[in-house]
Amino acid sequence: MRGCDVVVVGGGVVGLSAAWRAARQGLSVAVVDPDPGAGASHAAAGMLAPVSEVTYTEEPLLRLGLASLERWPAFRDALQEESGVDVDYRAEGTLEVAYGPDDMAYLEDLAAFEETLGLPVERLTGRECRRLEPMLSPSVRGGLLAAGDAWVNPRRVVRALMVAFERAGGALVRERVTELLIEDGEAPGVRLASGEVRRAARVVLAAGSWSAALAPGLPVRPVKGQILRLRGPKGFLTRCVRGMVHGSPAYLVPRGDGEITLGATVEELGFDGRVTAGGVYELLRDARELVPGITELELAETTVGFRPGTPDNLPLIGPAVAPGVIAATGHHRGGVLLAPVTADAVTAFLTGGDVPDAVRSCDPERDLR
Amino acid sequence: MNDTDDALVLGGEKFASRLIMGTGGAPSLDVLDRALGASGTELTTVAMRRLDPAVQGSVLDVLRRRGIKVLPNTAGCYTAGEAVLTARLAREALETNWVKLEVIADERTLLPDPIETFDAAERLVADGFVVLPYIGDDPALARRLEQAGCAAVMPLGAPIGSGLGIRNPHSIELIVEAASVPVILDAGLGTASDAALAMELGCDAVLLATAVTRAQRPELMAAAMRSAVEAGRSARLAGRIPRRRYAEASSPSLPRFA
Repeated sequence: MRGCDVVVVGGGVVGLSAAWRAARQGLSVAVVDPDPGAGASHAAAGMLAPVSEVTYTEEPLLRLGLASLERWPAFRDALQEESGVDVDYRAEGTLEVAYGPDDMAYLEDLAAFEETLGLPVERLTGRECRRLEPMLSPSVRGGLLAAGDAWVNPRRVVRALMVAFERAGGALVRERVTELLIEDGEAPGVRLASGEVRRAARVVLAAGSWSAALAPGLPVRPVKGQILRLRGPKGFLTRCVRGMVHGSPAYLVPRGDGEITLGATVEELGFDGRVTAGGVYELLRDARELVPGITELELAETTVGFRPGTPDNLPLIGPAVAPGVIAATGHHRGGVLLAPVTADAVTAFLTGGDVPDAVRSCDPERDLR
Repeated sequence: MNDTDDALVLGGEKFASRLIMGTGGAPSLDVLDRALGASGTELTTVAMRRLDPAVQGSVLDVLRRRGIKVLPNTAGCYTAGEAVLTARLAREALETNWVKLEVIADERTLLPDPIETFDAAERLVADGFVVLPYIGDDPALARRLEQAGCAAVMPLGAPIGSGLGIRNPHSIELIVEAASVPVILDAGLGTASDAALAMELGCDAVLLATAVTRAQRPELMAAAMRSAVEAGRSARLAGRIPRRRYAEASSPSLPRFA
């Protein structure tokens, strides 16, 4: 048995961010994960797009997203500097486009809603959209530019976090946690698949969709998503393009190296890891309506990931489960965006600092069934 | 309304609520949960494709917790064969022989395919299902499906999710006049007055989802729909006055009951 200040269960973008920040505050931190970054972080598109993703009934999530987006530039600078890894952060904004007249009406509704929330969006005609993104279909009717939205490559973020965390003195333990040890009167800890027990003053539960397996009753469920990666010439798209096609949402996220991430399905099928013909078909069908030229690109990868969903789509951040345990899970579609604000909150819970206001809506003990 | 025993009888079961809900389009489970509560629904339809009934924390848990009967549907099926297969899988998984039969003709309009729907209905009735078919507003097809043994008919008001309301009230009236099974107005409703109109036309119940789940405030719209269905039902039972060309003074100059 070895002790440290903090054991973080789960080495995805959320767990690693919290671990890195905690380590930089001088705490001794271990992250336990058999394959860091292999969960939802591996599938994620990495959109930092709270404005273009806003939905009725979800204003608290918007506020949380904006609080985290604001933190991203400093988070990126420190992360890149300490790791030497470029995370491919881009801030050209999200172009949200509409295909049919009904999709245009939806977009108009969204723009009006965004304006009531005081969010900056710019309405564009179809021609103006194509001036920004010449690969867009002439059938695109119009769009909205959310100029403040950004995106990163989540796989690079994970790589950078692992390097920065270890350089900050953190220990990466590549093992699976089989049990949270919380009710035996001792300091909390975890049991590893090898049988080894690790105690710590605090345990941070950041196991994403697998969190409920370690803390039964925690309202986190896997929400399956299929996502594609296409490879093409650099500059094929220069912005994040999101669109409604006959009522279905689709997005294309370009990387600096020419890769385009195309997503994503939303399926309530538990841990079903199958890539399906229908899933791939629907993604390609809708994306092709928006950007016909994608058919010429290489289909480089099909991936299934599991978003850790909660009943109200807000994450669970704060003391939970048992004394000494802090939850940082349930980030659903937003783990990459929400990593910096979550890391700040977790660090505050660990050190007694000020918890960001926007995180108050994420109390794991709130009324959720 | 004084009539306390005005229950909807469907497939041999009684329902106090005449509002049947769908679950599609809700931004979160929590929002759906609250909307279902506000709607007062006792019967809610769930798409069986892309749903694993064994998974914890899904929409099925919400329905079970609220004691709402689950009505599996075959949304997303294009052929009778697919629909029959989906219905059988649902029966096995959910232990119910009820099915809302939905066979769509194309993904653009999502309009129901009458031939495939009828074919599937015949096979499912023969297999012991309580079949509730989603159809166009076609009185002839409604009659044929009733004769084939369906437990209800579910004509659309307008295409799914369109919110266009009841585009052909006359056809709905013709279906109601001829039917001896319940008529459930399914699809296309946009707001409360659409639901009230469906009931005033004589429909026995209303099924809706998008009008609530995509509203700015879903819980409030669910409550509005509940009131509208109740108001429309009461108005139907109360009997509306005839439409007149000219005014009729409501306070006559000579007392009528002198």
